[in-house]
Amino acid sequence: MKIKPTLENYMFVLPAVLIFAVFYIIPFIWVFQLGLFQWDGISPTRVFVGLGNFKEILFQDKIWWQSMRQAGYITFIALTFQNALAFLLAWACAREIRLKNFYRLIFFIPPVLSEVVVGLVWQWILDGHYGLLNNWLAQLGFANLARNWLSNPETALTTVAIAHSWKGFGWGFLIFLAGLQTIPREYYEAARVDGANAWHCFKSITVPLMIPIAVLVGILTILGTMQAFVLIIAMTEGGPAYHTQVPVLRILASMRGSSRFGYACAQGITFGMILVIISFIQYRFSRQYRRI
Amino acid sequence: MKAEIYHRIKRTTLNLLIHLFLIIVALTCIFPLLWMVSSSLKTQETVFKDMSLIPEEFHFENYCLAWQEGGFGRYFLNSIFYTVCVVLGIVLVSSLAAYAFSRLRFLGKNLLFFMFIAAMMIPIPGSFVPLYVLLNKLHLRDTALGYILCMINVGLATSIFMLKTFFDKLPQDLEDAAKIDGCSKLGIWWHVALPLARPVLAVVVIFNALIVWNEYVLALVIFDSKALMPLQVALMSFRGEFITRYPLLMAGLTITALPIIILYILMEKYINKGVTEGVLVG
Amino acid sequence: MRCIFVVLNFIFIFSGCASKPTAVEAPPTITVWHWMTDREPAFQKLAKDYQAQSGIKVNFELYAPSDAYSQKIRVAAQGENLPDVFGILGETRDFAAFIKAGHILDLTPYMDAHSGAWRNSLFNKALAVNEFREANSYGVSAGVYGVPLDVTTIQMLYNKDLFIELGLDPEKPPLTFKEFLEIGKKIEQADMQGLVSGWGETWMIDCLVTNYAFNVMGEDKFLATIRGEVLYTDPDWVRVFTIFKEMQESGVLAGGIVTMINKVAEQLFANNKAVFAFNGSWCVNVYKGMNPNLNYAAMLPPKVADEYPIAIWGGAGSSFMVNARSKNKEQAVEFLKWLTAEKQQAYLAEATMNLPANKESLEKIPGILLQFGDDMDLVTHPNTWGVSEFPLVIEAIDRGIQSIIIGEKTPEELAREVQEIKERELAKKR
Repeated sequence: MKIKPTLENYMFVLPAVLIFAVFYIIPFIWVFQLGLFQWDGISPTRVFVGLGNFKEILFQDKIWWQSMRQAGYITFIALTFQNALAFLLAWACAREIRLKNFYRLIFFIPPVLSEVVVGLVWQWILDGHYGLLNNWLAQLGFANLARNWLSNPETALTTVAIAHSWKGFGWGFLIFLAGLQTIPREYYEAARVDGANAWHCFKSITVPLMIPIAVLVGILTILGTMQAFVLIIAMTEGGPAYHTQVPVLRILASMRGSSRFGYACAQGITFGMILVIISFIQYRFSRQYRRI
Repeated sequence: MKAEIYHRIKRTTLNLLIHLFLIIVALTCIFPLLWMVSSSLKTQETVFKDMSLIPEEFHFENYCLAWQEGGFGRYFLNSIFYTVCVVLGIVLVSSLAAYAFSRLRFLGKNLLFFMFIAAMMIPIPGSFVPLYVLLNKLHLRDTALGYILCMINVGLATSIFMLKTFFDKLPQDLEDAAKIDGCSKLGIWWHVALPLARPVLAVVVIFNALIVWNEYVLALVIFDSKALMPLQVALMSFRGEFITRYPLLMAGLTITALPIIILYILMEKYINKGVTEGVLVG
Repeated sequence: MRCIFVVLNFIFIFSGCASKPTAVEAPPTITVWHWMTDREPAFQKLAKDYQAQSGIKVNFELYAPSDAYSQKIRVAAQGENLPDVFGILGETRDFAAFIKAGHILDLTPYMDAHSGAWRNSLFNKALAVNEFREANSYGVSAGVYGVPLDVTTIQMLYNKDLFIELGLDPEKPPLTFKEFLEIGKKIEQADMQGLVSGWGETWMIDCLVTNYAFNVMGEDKFLATIRGEVLYTDPDWVRVFTIFKEMQESGVLAGGIVTMINKVAEQLFANNKAVFAFNGSWCVNVYKGMNPNLNYAAMLPPKVADEYPIAIWGGAGSSFMVNARSKNKEQAVEFLKWLTAEKQQAYLAEATMNLPANKESLEKIPGILLQFGDDMDLVTHPNTWGVSEFPLVIEAIDRGIQSIIIGEKTPEELAREVQEIKERELAKKR
């Protein structure tokens, strides 16, 4: 192996690795080892508790696992409702050539808006007494469906999940639309000539070609939604009674509310590990569908 | 004949339904924006009393007030400065690294790439604490450079991932041609790879611009001097300890949302192409 | 192309360096970090006044919102970069941790100087929040460690106009809990909204729970429970939890109260959309801004039992501490003395509509705010109890009350759960 060309190669990755090492690896190690301590974030001394924090998370912290389940539920809604919506809209837009740019702009507005505005608007719409939604339901004759969407334990989580999906579908829409546009028209035309109807075209051409894209969107959705929290704070603060708690909120509560910094770090590491495992499973699962 | 008419009617109704569907969703997307703008034109007293979308009186002076009181001039420039620096920084650093991961060979390549991927998936809670202590030791705390370097790291892993995926799919012919012409590796990167990657770079640009533009916790913690603060921090001054001045806050939020929307409009063509060619695999 | 930006970067950094003051002989500058956006203009004016008077420059730096401020202070403490004067937002144990870590100057000698002149000028309930007594459970040596800037109390409010609509006498708020529940029934019949409060933010629930706990079992038994001597399954505690169930069943609570943030509650009450509110004295300023014609008054939470008085939370609203490692500590203390003097406190009270911490400054305050200041002997505050409950237990109680209100748990179940968690925490300590 020649030395000079290899050195040159290393130069290419050097800036990235340097920045990464200093600003990610070092904090990561600091947080990682802190999970083994009990610390309030202020005192100069820390108490070593070994795996005590992790034991507590795994065996005693019921709320932690409830928050994971709830984040999983929100992610499930995102994977189904959000991505189905994104796909349908992309499919609808792919047919319409005229207003496509207009819709591309409009559908990307929710991701761009700040969570503050989105939280306020949704609260206003969903308010039990004065909200727009209940107002409309009453006008349409469904007054008995009206309820306190965000404070009712049965509806709070689903409502938050839908608000989240609304904010996030823009990215999926973008990717799906681009994907649909790469499918050459000739395929459809050839199929039509062969006598296939619209449903057939969809099933045999669109779906198989879109699967790799759907998998990619799926991975990004899972990673993004599992880590969501700002919108939830703005809408329900994790209530009522833990019904809309998610892992990141629990970590923040440990850090700030209970001043248990070490425990929060342990929670963060546990969360990270779970995400890695999920991504790994998904990656293996998707290998079958991707032509790598 | 009948079949034709039947098909025609079926097609038009289908089209109509599709249009309706698109318009309804589009309306729900525009609604918060309209509400934000309309609230920004009301007063503190009427902002929750007057429930209509079109305010009774138009208080355009809220925008001037928000700009002045929030000290937007300086903070706006700061935010633009940080966003430009970080985006440029990421584009350069990540494209160099992505190109190397894709095209060059060196020891530990796979391990390094794997670490970047893992970083994408593992969030670090409370990372601003070690970052603060670190920047302190490096004497970079309360400096623009320190903040910019931290922000470059935030989007680095995802950007490298996107660009490497793109470079992997790029046909090697153009690069081989350049090599034959005697171009250095750096030259190939600059003259061949980057221009071809323009679409993906557009995605990288808007993705990172959004992150930097909306960031405020790290800025608040790292910066002491007001002169270095970005826009989001100024916005927070309208969310008082007890009183939130909603019309001014909404005016401020509208002003803040505009540059990103403009950037998106500018990048839109490229983004569409970029998503097609860069992000999709297989 | 890249060069231009590298150069720009350098210019920026160097200009940043150059603008830092390098004067060696200039008088010291006192830096104050605070989070009180609403008071920033008043603070800036006071800073100018002080500079004119004493020649010392005071730099007020605002970092909002308050939870971001809290993070900044903690992180600065790690890096030993705390300013001369700052505040600690958090619980007593955080305050104690800061003191034990050596970040906070002990102000007792200054307070006691001149036969306690400074100490006696301030309301002792306000000072008590910043004080640690002998043999407290935090291991902090006794003394005063902070200076109160204002006084707040948290009470209930009622809307006089809506009272008239309901056919009630606007000058006679409910004094007993029974009366309160009956008004609740009327509210439900009239299809109005009852009590609004930020019970999505759990600390406000904690506040009312402790208020009623004092009323039902008295302060001593309450503190004994925290120390672990009394169980949460005690019938008195179940009675306290049941209070919330009764409130919900009578209709006196507004819908959606369990996820309400306080700002929304304030907005509802200010716009005549709620009959009652549970809020702190800062609300006077907030309501004035949203609806200057609001016709309302303050009242104590209606008592459940007669043996012990009801308590309300109150004391120092915001306080400042002096950095023990600051080079300008003496000047900082002098400045705080000035800031809490009668004239400045009167100015702050008028400009920001908060009760002053200085006893002499009460003149120019509007009537409604004075109502908040009336019941100071009933005032208590967690910082003055000398013990704190485990945070996990507090969280369980607060979230549990939310569960009771939405009908998911019974008071007895909550009592058992809370006791379980308490025992787990006590076991950990051993």
